[in-house]
Amino acid sequence: MKDDLLGAIFLRFAGISLLAVGGAMAVLPEAHRQIVGEAHWLTDAQFAENFAIAQTAPGPNVIVFSLFGWTLAGFPGLVAATLGILAPASLLAFGAARLVRQAGEAPWLVRLKKALAPLAIGLMAANGYLLALAADSGAFALALTLGTTVFVAVSQRSPLWAMGAGALLAVFAGRAGWI
Amino acid sequence: MRRIDLFLGFFKLGAVAFGGTGPLTRAILVDERRWLDESEFAALLGLCQALPGANTCNLAVMLGEKFFGASGAVTALFGLLLAPLAIIVVIAAFFSAFSGNADVRAALFGATAAGAGLALGTAVKMVRKLPADRVLMALASATFVAAALLRLPLPEILIVLIPAGYLLYGARR
Repeated sequence: MKDDLLGAIFLRFAGISLLAVGGAMAVLPEAHRQIVGEAHWLTDAQFAENFAIAQTAPGPNVIVFSLFGWTLAGFPGLVAATLGILAPASLLAFGAARLVRQAGEAPWLVRLKKALAPLAIGLMAANGYLLALAADSGAFALALTLGTTVFVAVSQRSPLWAMGAGALLAVFAGRAGWI
Repeated sequence: MRRIDLFLGFFKLGAVAFGGTGPLTRAILVDERRWLDESEFAALLGLCQALPGANTCNLAVMLGEKFFGASGAVTALFGLLLAPLAIIVVIAAFFSAFSGNADVRAALFGATAAGAGLALGTAVKMVRKLPADRVLMALASATFVAAALLRLPLPEILIVLIPAGYLLYGARR
């Protein structure tokens, strides 16, 4: 049973890996659709919590997928998830590295990159929207979400300041009995 | 340059890059280690963004391959992920150990709400950094509606909107 789950995690994440055009953040709406909607592996709230926890650790955003695996099946789950989300894309990148040394910067590649940029932006916004829905519907959560949106959009400082402030404000609000 | 240098360079990037690796990648690879010059870096990063997968992981694989072939790719990727994975497990274990504590639950709730804002704010920042044009806004909006409101599977979104963008940007030059 457990091995079945590990295999299923690896295969599903390997599939998601190949869809991650624009990076790990851009594929999160699709990951949400599959993991929460299709497979029912995590609840909406667990998905959003994992995202928040992953943001507090350093390193590439892709580690949120490792954390999904950890939440699902502990350390073996983390390994299956990490290998799944990395292996197919890494093999592609490895092949591309060999090719690109011969091809250089071709015009079609420049045009393709321009076409991909708006998709990455739209997917990032979709990700934020889905996370906001999952976090909570209360006025306090909405204020935190909007406050962080403005901070990240305008400030050059690390988003961790806003995340930390949000956590601290929620602790105070909780003690005051507002949430 | 030895394999251990490659490992340590990417280990540092993974260990200190809080809030995503984006800005620090350039600082470490170009300014600090001088493994690439500015234009080589931009070309490589653009390609990594066009390929599926995590951008920084792809970059580690491609740069590692450039220096030491397959073993270099594995070395760079392992270096990049070692510290973040160890740290994330500790943090997650902490949260599950104290999940009964009201303050910890409230903190996680606050961080979750702020996390949604982080993604939304990053989208706004990306729009502001790129030259504002109607094609970009139209494509970004269409992508948002398809993914967030209609909840369409990503393959369906990509198969329609990537060719659309490719044609629209070609027609305007």
